[in-house]
Amino acid sequence: MTNVAVHAEGPEPSLQAHAHDTPTSRTTHVKGQQHPIKLYLVVWGWLFVLSTCSFLVDYFGLQGNLRWSLIVLFMVLKAGLIVAVFMHMAWERLALAYAILLPPAVVLVFVTIMVLESGYTHLLRVIFFAPTA
Amino acid sequence: MAETALTNAEEAPERIAGLRGIVADWSSDQRAFKNVSWGKAMMWIFLLSDTFIFSCFLLSYMTTRMSTTVPWPNTSEVFALNIGGKHIPMILIAIMTFILISSSGTMAMAVNFGYRRDRVKTAALMLATAAFGATFVSMQGFEWTKLIMEGVRPWGNPWGAEQFGSCFFLITGFHGTHVTIGVIFLIAIARKVLRGDFDVERRGFFTSRKGHYEIVEITGLYWHFVDLVWVFIFALFYLW
Repeated sequence: MTNVAVHAEGPEPSLQAHAHDTPTSRTTHVKGQQHPIKLYLVVWGWLFVLSTCSFLVDYFGLQGNLRWSLIVLFMVLKAGLIVAVFMHMAWERLALAYAILLPPAVVLVFVTIMVLESGYTHLLRVIFFAPTA
Repeated sequence: MAETALTNAEEAPERIAGLRGIVADWSSDQRAFKNVSWGKAMMWIFLLSDTFIFSCFLLSYMTTRMSTTVPWPNTSEVFALNIGGKHIPMILIAIMTFILISSSGTMAMAVNFGYRRDRVKTAALMLATAAFGATFVSMQGFEWTKLIMEGVRPWGNPWGAEQFGSCFFLITGFHGTHVTIGVIFLIAIARKVLRGDFDVERRGFFTSRKGHYEIVEITGLYWHFVDLVWVFIFALFYLW
């Protein structure tokens, strides 16, 4: 468990490293997306570490809020690394980044609606169909 | 026609930073995506639409799981394997995750070598990516076979809520289809790279547009998206 906690704090330095890489790659941007191979290897390594962490969450059978928050944290970090570095979104023009990244954020509204809806359905099932279940 | 204007991605003027820049880019009858070629913009927009499809699948899974009064099967046990006499939960899924991440890594490097016009390395890395993808799909085939033998059906399973099967087959099946299409896409483009199509700007047989190494990056976008979706499926379906 302590192991997992240590890794959860880990990603910070690597994100700073990416920020640091940005100015240098801006000059080479002219020939398409050109970034040092090392950057990809570092991200690759972090994706491995994060995946191992989320696997360990299950392996050690963590439960409750700790489990959910760790799973979501690792998920978001991995997704962020893939989109920002592997898919080069970090270097794209803001007009594209916002056009692509904002709409999925609206899905969260949909999530909220469906959470409320399924809570309601669940309540009805408990009230009217529970005895057999 | 206006091909040069549309495919030549790099001549965009620098604009004002931040939100003002976005408004400037989007307003007054201009191309919104200044330094992004049509091919890349279209791939991004397609991926956005695909995001919504997968969101809908995952949302319907969330809704069924939250609203059922029957306990959900314990995925940790369902996807456990016995390896060398040891019972390890979720091990197959973990291996599949690592394989897909590795394929993303090789893809990212293929894009890099593509822009350096290193034909052989680009093609080799793309084929390695395709091989990882094919391995992933075969492991998924193994996983499906195992579960079907154990009695998982879209309408029921031995361990709990009946909707487990339908959610599982729909979500992983749709993702597996994406991986399969990606493998085919990768092999097709790798063949063109190896043949030198993008060095001589040979025209495509279907679009009759000149080929550029940017297609490697566009293929990569699709491939990374497949990996991205797996990140969400892994977290929300397998681990939750």
